[in-house]
Amino acid sequence: MKPQPEHNELAIDVTGLVKRFGDKTVVNGVDIHMPEGRVWGFLGPNGSGKTTTIRMICGLLEPSAGEGTCLGYNIRREANQIKLATGYMTQRFSFWEDLSLRENLEFVARLYNLRPRRTVVDETLEKLGLQHRQHQLCGELSGGWKQRLALAAVTMHKPRLLLLDEPTAGVDPQARREFWDEIHLLTQQGLTVLVSTHYMDEAERCDEIVYLAHGELITQGTVDAVVRESRLITFQARGKGVRQLAPTLKGKPGLEHIAYFGSALHVSGKHRELMLQSLNPSFQDGIQWEEISPSLEDVFISLMVDAGVDKRAYE
Amino acid sequence: MSTTLDSVQRIVAVLIKELIQMRRDRTTFAMMLGVPIMQLVLFGFAINLDPKHLPAAIYTEDNSPMVRRLVSAFEHSGYYDFVSVASSPQQGNALLERGEVSFFVYIPAGFTAQLVQGKRPQILVSADATDPAAASNAIGRLDGIIDNALRTELKGPLAHLQATPSPVEVVVHAKYNPEAITQYNIVPGLLGVILTMTSVMITAMAMTREQERGNLENLLAMPVRPVEVMVGKITPYILVGIVQAVVILSAAHFLFSVPFFGSLALLAFGILLFVITNLSLGFTFSTVAKNQMQAMQMTFFFFLPSILLSGFMFPFRGMPHWAQTIGECLPLTHFLRVVRGIMLKGNGLEQLHGEFSVLGIFILVFGTMAMLRYKNTLD
Repeated sequence: MKPQPEHNELAIDVTGLVKRFGDKTVVNGVDIHMPEGRVWGFLGPNGSGKTTTIRMICGLLEPSAGEGTCLGYNIRREANQIKLATGYMTQRFSFWEDLSLRENLEFVARLYNLRPRRTVVDETLEKLGLQHRQHQLCGELSGGWKQRLALAAVTMHKPRLLLLDEPTAGVDPQARREFWDEIHLLTQQGLTVLVSTHYMDEAERCDEIVYLAHGELITQGTVDAVVRESRLITFQARGKGVRQLAPTLKGKPGLEHIAYFGSALHVSGKHRELMLQSLNPSFQDGIQWEEISPSLEDVFISLMVDAGVDKRAYE
Repeated sequence: MSTTLDSVQRIVAVLIKELIQMRRDRTTFAMMLGVPIMQLVLFGFAINLDPKHLPAAIYTEDNSPMVRRLVSAFEHSGYYDFVSVASSPQQGNALLERGEVSFFVYIPAGFTAQLVQGKRPQILVSADATDPAAASNAIGRLDGIIDNALRTELKGPLAHLQATPSPVEVVVHAKYNPEAITQYNIVPGLLGVILTMTSVMITAMAMTREQERGNLENLLAMPVRPVEVMVGKITPYILVGIVQAVVILSAAHFLFSVPFFGSLALLAFGILLFVITNLSLGFTFSTVAKNQMQAMQMTFFFFLPSILLSGFMFPFRGMPHWAQTIGECLPLTHFLRVVRGIMLKGNGLEQLHGEFSVLGIFILVFGTMAMLRYKNTLD
């Protein structure tokens, strides 16, 4: 029985997705069951298979193995319906730089047969606040404006699902904040969003996160749950001489990773006793130690360390 | 001194980087080796400025040993290959009109008898002079061929006939371009060459540009089918091709006074077929090429033999068989026959349906290839 789109509460429901290019496995058995109306963050180091997974979900790549539906449509057989109901924003700006803003939007409006076209495009430009620059070529826009234009273009046909592939890479903090305000506005209107990112503050704005490494799904859940389930213990050191401390701590038993956060040093591990033993010599004057709740970044670094070397086959 | 050394160091750094990139860029590498080899082979072996073994037809109403001797002298000259024996003068001319033969030799009844009586009988040689270069050498040798043949025959009591002027009157009829004006051949040919170059290149580049700039991924993510993309992309360039054709044909008429004997509508149809052929070929190239540079190189690789082996620059019939076979696979070869046939010979569909069918087959083959190669996914 094929699930009917309107009765299916999962926007993305895929199981065992595998993608091989030649003899290289890029995605190795990923399951995602994402309910409608949520914002999910897609995280993982570079080359972990995030883009490939997104492309398989929206029908741009055919999975080597695995099945599933996107908005109730089969990802293998109903790519055309999926394309009509989703908006996909590519990692690299992919609208036509030698077309003006208006011409780009009109092209998209024509492809989706949006009517009345003029009004739809006018409204989109107005929402963007770019009416006065509508005849400017896209290539002349700054990175932040390009991203906003791309978001406007991929949401113009009122998709039910939005797939955003590192939409804010290389965009300044102010523009990023505005971008995310826009995303939250869209989800309030019932849109489902899957967004890949490297920014922790963006991950924390998501209802749930999915963490991928080496083409495999490592963990998923709310930010709090992911932090909790990591069972990570983090100590923070502040004060003079912190910079000199890190090299002396590296490699000691129980100290899984050591990283600077601003002027502070975070030392994380999973065995409190072992950690305290190793840290003992550095409980000295001028350095204040304190146990803190690990940040998402601590958890991710830990996950990356745990995932270890890339296990995907490169024969 | 150290600044000079530093400078050398930096030059070496750039040089090494260039060498590495050159090695990685396979198509450029192939081109650097392939183009000289291709040119050597084509110019060295295929092209012949003294075209020999040109196909000819014969019709003779006299079958004496003297005539047979003459016919074999034609063949021995190396210029004429009698590939068909016509059943009437009309049929011989029709063969010429269709371009199946370059010459038609007609020896009328009573030739031997008149020769023996010293009445200077006529031999009629009709030549397809659309390409003056192809016909001129063979025509130039005519008197020599005939005189040589007769010298061995006219002995004893007939020896007095050897005296000048020649005992035979050779009537040469250079058809389609009697004044041997090169422009009449080149200008219509240029129409084909220009259409080939621009249409193939423009489409190949336009498609790879999308890929290079990342637009393709966006296009694929939107609800548009490959055939829709292809038709949408090609149609504007059909218009460009039509504009080019109008410009060249106007120049042919007003600037070069090239005659136009055939039907303009038929030529328009031929141009349309030819433009679509080239555009679908360009589209196929673009599905193979990874970037604009490669698309450009592939176009060049295709363009070079098109110019050399199609009969545009050098007489098609003068090339060896293998080169003619390659030439038959190039759309330009067939289009040249269409455009020259219509303009200079007044050919109609009756003579050209074969060439039109070949162009149609090219469209089918290239179009299918393009559609199969252009995928709906990024795989």
